[in-house]
Amino acid sequence: MAIGVKVLDRPIGETSYVRATLKGMALTLKHVFQEPVTVQYPEEKWSLSPRWRGTHRMLTTEDGKAKCVACGLCPTVCPANCIKLVPGEDEQGNRYPLVFEIDEFRCIFCGYCQEVCPEEAIHVGRHYENAEYSRDGFVYDLERLTAQTHPVCEMWDPADPKGE
Amino acid sequence: MTLPVLAMLQATPPQSLEVFLLATVVKLVVLFSLYLVGVALLTLAERKISAFMQDRHGPNRVGPWGLLQPAADGLKNIMKEESYPDAAYTPIFVLAPAMAFIPALLTWAVIPWGAPWDSPWGRIELSVAPLPIGFLFILAIASIGVYGIVLAGWSSNNKYSLLGGLRSSAQMISYEISMGMATIPVLLLAGNVSLEKIVEGQAGLGPLSWNAATCTIAWLVFLIAAFAETNRLPFDLPEAESELVAGYHSEYSAMKFSMFFIAEYANMVTASALMSTLFFGGWDIPFTAWDNVAPHTAIKTLLTTGLFFGKTLFWVFFYMWIRWTVPRFRYDQLMALGWKILLPVMLGYITVMASAVLALQRAGFAPSSWQFSGALLALNVVLVFALVFGLDRGRIVSPAYSRLDRRDLNRLRSVAHLERAAKTAAEAAH
Repeated sequence: MAIGVKVLDRPIGETSYVRATLKGMALTLKHVFQEPVTVQYPEEKWSLSPRWRGTHRMLTTEDGKAKCVACGLCPTVCPANCIKLVPGEDEQGNRYPLVFEIDEFRCIFCGYCQEVCPEEAIHVGRHYENAEYSRDGFVYDLERLTAQTHPVCEMWDPADPKGE
Repeated sequence: MTLPVLAMLQATPPQSLEVFLLATVVKLVVLFSLYLVGVALLTLAERKISAFMQDRHGPNRVGPWGLLQPAADGLKNIMKEESYPDAAYTPIFVLAPAMAFIPALLTWAVIPWGAPWDSPWGRIELSVAPLPIGFLFILAIASIGVYGIVLAGWSSNNKYSLLGGLRSSAQMISYEISMGMATIPVLLLAGNVSLEKIVEGQAGLGPLSWNAATCTIAWLVFLIAAFAETNRLPFDLPEAESELVAGYHSEYSAMKFSMFFIAEYANMVTASALMSTLFFGGWDIPFTAWDNVAPHTAIKTLLTTGLFFGKTLFWVFFYMWIRWTVPRFRYDQLMALGWKILLPVMLGYITVMASAVLALQRAGFAPSSWQFSGALLALNVVLVFALVFGLDRGRIVSPAYSRLDRRDLNRLRSVAHLERAAKTAAEAAH
């Protein structure tokens, strides 16, 4: 033989097709009486982890305005560069976002924006049903971000590592 | 000299021609409509059972528990485009699905599915055509079944289809021999080829008088051969998708494909019914002679019919159970099992059984006595153990290397050893 193939004896004496078949049949029969593991998706939904990081949500103040003060930390920290922020200022000198857009296609859902936000305004959400009819639909503007209602991610807290 | 067949035909109570014709038509319509609906539902059952075995739910969207799934599938198949390959030979290409399907239906004509009913219009036998040569009819019809598959493979003019058809013909012809052999001990015990008589012969002692107890090995061989005959896993090589796309029905679409699918299930039901009849007492209710004697009332007929279909459905379930448990055989393993194991085993077994029956009859035991059946059962238990422990250890299904001669194996091994030694020596010198 050109290459050194090992030719081994197989343990014929210990192999049994009949016994293996019967064992297999016992196994499959056992599974007939077990509960299915299927989650029937549209009716049943998987319970998400409290730290699930999904599409974003902007929290609002009591009067319905976005909490964002346009500090510019989130576009700076964003590793995917998916946040577009144009700051504005009103007569009292309060800063607010003129444009706040998140491109959910570029987003890598790292959650840095939520972590860095000093006002706890921008959050990643516990949400995963994101179908849209066009690619443009995935650029969420401020209106869309404030209109979201899904629960938000509870970020990992170094003081409470197990979330207790 | 009168032929025994004539005597048997005359033994059934006379019926008027009108009653006979009407009863036959009613039986045909009822049986075949039930049968076709049942076969359609079995496609659902297969998917459900496979799902349960894999911890899933199976189809559950169309109707309650997915019960309307077969209807939806049928509708889909009717609506789909019928495609005809350019190279196909159209007349046979169209004929083949029907040829695969019809023999499975025809077999049911002779299977008795219940106790006879003494209706106000005369006795009605519960089989469409209670032929005195029932069993031979089944063997003859079962052989026709292979044509549908072979012709489908050939007329598609596609290499995979042709290979599937060839495989199927080789496989079905090989296993038909074992299947025929497996029924000989049954015929020996019944002394008759009429299925009614075979059922009668298994009545009386409960499961002890079933042929599965008195000819166990014949039953096991029949079981294996039935799997091969119906092209079900683990012997579904004609449509082995890893090698042959879809085998003989690669080129079929829409309702013609559906016909092959239905034929597979129809064959499965037929083989299951045959197994219940030949080896598990048919419609006979065990432990009581109540159902075997007059008066043959309608309630007896219904109960025995229910029992028969219960037994049949169990074997259908068994088919599916095996399918979702055992992986497909390799082609050489299949052929080796058929020709080198089953056939010699059956030849030997027939000799043993014939000797045993002769010896027991000489010793003065009646074939219906418990001593007779018990002695045969004891013999079978011994034989099954001998077979399982004697032939199982790597010999029933041969691994590839077992075809190597022992001397060749040793030669290969020594060559490999020498090379390794030479290599080590070269490395040491270097």
